[in-house]
Amino acid sequence: MHRAAFLALLSHWRRQPLQLIALLFGLAAATALWTGVQAINQEARSSYDAAASALGQGTEQRLTGEGPIPRETFIALRRAGWLVSPVVEGQVNGVTLLGVDPFTLPPMAASPNLQGDRLGAFLNNGLILANADTAPALAGYNVETAANIPDAQATMDVTTAWEVLGKTGFDYLVVTSPQPMGLPPLTEVAPGLTQVTEEAAGDIANLTRSFHLNLTAFGLLSFAVGLFIVHAAIGLAFEQRRSMFRTLRALGLPARNLTLLLAGETAVFALLAGALGVVLGYGVASMLLPGVAGTLRGLYGASVPGSLTLDLSWVLSGFAITFAGASVAAASSLWRVATLPILAPARPRAWAMASVRGRLLQAGAGALLLVISAVIIAQGEGLVAGFAMLGALLFGAALMLPFFLDLSLRAAAFVVRGVLGQWVVADTRQQVPGMSLALMALLLALAANIGVGTMVSSFRATFTGWLDQRLASELYLTAQTPAQAAALEALLDAEADATLPLRTAQARLVGAPAAILGVVDHVTYQQGWPLIEAAPDPWARMNAGEGAFINEQLWRRTGLAMGDRLELLPGWSLPIVGVYTDYGNPEGQAMVAQPELLARVPDLSPLRYAARVAPERVEDLRKAAEALGVPAGNILDQASVKRFSLDVFERTFLVTGALNVLTLGVAAIAILASLTTLASMRLPQLAPVWAMGLTRARLARLELLRAALFAALTFLFALPLGLAVAWMLLSVVNVQAFGWKLPMLAFPVEWLRLLALALLAALLAAALPAWRLGRMAPSRLLKVFADER
Amino acid sequence: MLLNVRNVSKSFPGEPPVEVLKGVSLDLRAGESLALTGESGSGKSTLLHIIGGLESADAGSVTLDGVELSGMKDADLADVRRRHIGVVFQQFNLIPSLNVHDNLIFHARLAGRQDNAWTNHMAGALGLTEMLRRYPEQLSGGQQQRVAIARALAGKPKLMLADEPTGNLDEDTGDRVMELMLALTAEAGTGLLMVTHSPARAGALDSQITLSHGRLS
Ligand SMILES: Nc1ncnc2c1ncn2[C@@H]1O[C@H](COP(=O)(O)OP(=O)(O)OP(=O)(O)O)[C@@H](O)[C@H]1O
Ligand SMILES: [Mg+2]
Repeated sequence: MHRAAFLALLSHWRRQPLQLIALLFGLAAATALWTGVQAINQEARSSYDAAASALGQGTEQRLTGEGPIPRETFIALRRAGWLVSPVVEGQVNGVTLLGVDPFTLPPMAASPNLQGDRLGAFLNNGLILANADTAPALAGYNVETAANIPDAQATMDVTTAWEVLGKTGFDYLVVTSPQPMGLPPLTEVAPGLTQVTEEAAGDIANLTRSFHLNLTAFGLLSFAVGLFIVHAAIGLAFEQRRSMFRTLRALGLPARNLTLLLAGETAVFALLAGALGVVLGYGVASMLLPGVAGTLRGLYGASVPGSLTLDLSWVLSGFAITFAGASVAAASSLWRVATLPILAPARPRAWAMASVRGRLLQAGAGALLLVISAVIIAQGEGLVAGFAMLGALLFGAALMLPFFLDLSLRAAAFVVRGVLGQWVVADTRQQVPGMSLALMALLLALAANIGVGTMVSSFRATFTGWLDQRLASELYLTAQTPAQAAALEALLDAEADATLPLRTAQARLVGAPAAILGVVDHVTYQQGWPLIEAAPDPWARMNAGEGAFINEQLWRRTGLAMGDRLELLPGWSLPIVGVYTDYGNPEGQAMVAQPELLARVPDLSPLRYAARVAPERVEDLRKAAEALGVPAGNILDQASVKRFSLDVFERTFLVTGALNVLTLGVAAIAILASLTTLASMRLPQLAPVWAMGLTRARLARLELLRAALFAALTFLFALPLGLAVAWMLLSVVNVQAFGWKLPMLAFPVEWLRLLALALLAALLAAALPAWRLGRMAPSRLLKVFADER
Repeated sequence: MLLNVRNVSKSFPGEPPVEVLKGVSLDLRAGESLALTGESGSGKSTLLHIIGGLESADAGSVTLDGVELSGMKDADLADVRRRHIGVVFQQFNLIPSLNVHDNLIFHARLAGRQDNAWTNHMAGALGLTEMLRRYPEQLSGGQQQRVAIARALAGKPKLMLADEPTGNLDEDTGDRVMELMLALTAEAGTGLLMVTHSPARAGALDSQITLSHGRLS
């Protein structure tokens, strides 16, 4: 009985292959996009972890000298109480070799895992550790693989490094933080050394958070959109099989068993779609990953391998998410079957005819969600609240969509003249319930596109303007040693219009790691650093050492106001007299007069300079600096810095663009699925009109028009929604996540482009059903009038 | 002559093919009514569809008011349907998304021949005046068929084709609908070709023919 019943249930899909495809593909697409994004995030995260656990996490303090640092200096420093650890660095076959001392390496920088025998081999047998990708480049050495070593790096004992690289002495000493109190000054213990801040990538995981947040949000959205398809397909299949359910029930199959059979059917589909989805997800991830890896490398210096490692837990989580999605999508239909009275009339049209009351209730629920979203804006704090608010907004708006469509079509009925026009409007209105799920999917895709697009474009516009201001100096130079720096400074003083030495000290501001920037008094800064908040006469006070500026991030995080005193270093505090924007920097920063900073932190490395010089003399100055031995890579002119920054920016959002297109594509499939499944139900609407003298071709064209009308109306609703999303992203989520607020700009040309895309998607989706209608055998249309339905 | 049907044949593909019509001919004068009877499956509906330009014949010709329909392009056939032919089928004639009033005037407006006085007159005669704002799903079967008849006649077409218009109705309702249809068809000056199973109904028309084994008798 159960076998027969199950086969009977499945027979439905043989007659409705398109519906089956929509169901499987929707589920698979949802799974694929979600798991693909997860795979990328996971891959990136594990390489950040690897990078972070290697030498020196975040910004690092180092002691450097002119040339190699002798062993004796290191020992003298240790004896004096300085917590320093020696490093030997060099390149072999494109791999960066790091010779370290496992005993003094700072504890936070998780050294290579050296348990038992390995330590002995490391110290005495020249053991070199590298990850599996890098190890082959070091063939011939005593290499063992260690997963936690970042790409293109190898770690060994300092003595091994000396041998391999043919060096003596240390290249630099890592300064552990914090250092003990009351240390003798560096100038006494090791006069030849200077303390420098290695401006490394900072905390990579932190820096890249915006990027991954973006990806995750898209993955989630695509998943939701995919579920809309599945929900629609399952709901329709259940509705169409209502009479079969009735028959099976009448033949003695209990409701519970029927429900279980249907749940089993859903599980079979989830298994199939899950397998397909995981495969597709792998495809999506490997397609996107090289781009993502390139972006992350360029943007944050984070090394992410360009190829995927596939692990079982990822595959399993893919299946889990498919099953979860399918259960969510099938829940309401299963519940209806479980509670279906045996003699419920078979009314396929009932599905398409949601009661007015139901629609109002749904719109009410949507409005409630919008209110909740507004309350979260007013009350909530933190990133989670930000996303909850976005979710409530999007979901609430989606629930209200049918109501809005109905309302606008009702309004259109008053405007449209002509018998056909009126019919099209009335007929479109009747289709709203059947199409609403697919259109909700379209709405979400469009709103996300507008929201993210507006955010990216606003960011781009702001960022470009900001870069133009900020990068005012014509040349940026970094010397390698203090001696070179002195020569460079002399050169700049002689040749450039202005020399702007750049000095940065690490500090803790209001309890978090931050940088203090010491700037000289020059008009460049006043022009290039617009203040978004300022006390009277800010520049004069800052330059006179009577005040400090802080960056927007620190200002928003701490809630400090103009005139509040900020402790910069122990025993040194200044009133805040200005706030400047500082996009792309995750950390707090303060700006003070350079003489004041140098007076308190005399050891600051004088290596970096900006120079103001007439454009036509840039090349001469560059050559002169190179003649001093400054490497060409350390001399950047303004244009190349800008180009580099903008390139990086564009690459960052390349992935966003690809995901935008993917979500729109999924929405188009949702529309196609709905239209094809609704097509047979629509014959009673179309047959009378055909009989009264409209050709099938004309009806088909009207179907296309209707799809376009739906897409246009949905776009109309999506526009304010997308702008609301953009506003939330820019002024709530960004502020929470990164600490800066961006002005929101409008890009109407992009909206038009998106409208065109939405229309195209809808037309493409409607093309197949319309084509079928145009070529439909008249007898199928005539059946409408003869069938007992 | 309003309608000439000459040697129309039609078969449907199958194993073996179903030969439904084997050279059928008939004539109908303007304003006259003709009943078409025959067993179930004898091809009555098929013949009606061919005459209405809804389906094509394999061979033979159909001429409506001197215009040859066979071999016409789809768009021209649709034009003929729009302007000259009204149809009433057994069921589901109405456009579900339009209310009774809009259904009533739909065909006439398509044909560009809306006549409010005539439509109101028919609505009154058919007892529809009270339900003009309702939707088809809110009507009984008999009410729906009355709306369909009024709609088919609203543009005063040359020919009305009715396929068992009262087939789904009970006897009394059917009788009343039939009476009204005949009266209004006569009033509009429209020729009527009606398929029916009922000898009594067939007898009420000007003449009647029977289809059996693909031929008329
Ligand atoms: N599209 C089709 N494909 C195949 N055979 C068809 C098709 N339409 C009709 N037939 C067959 O043609 C024959 C005539 O059908 P038709 O509908 O014209 O009969 P009818 O006289 O109207 O019957 P009824 O009184 O039951 O309505 C039947 O045997 C039917 O099975
Ligand atoms: Mg018939």
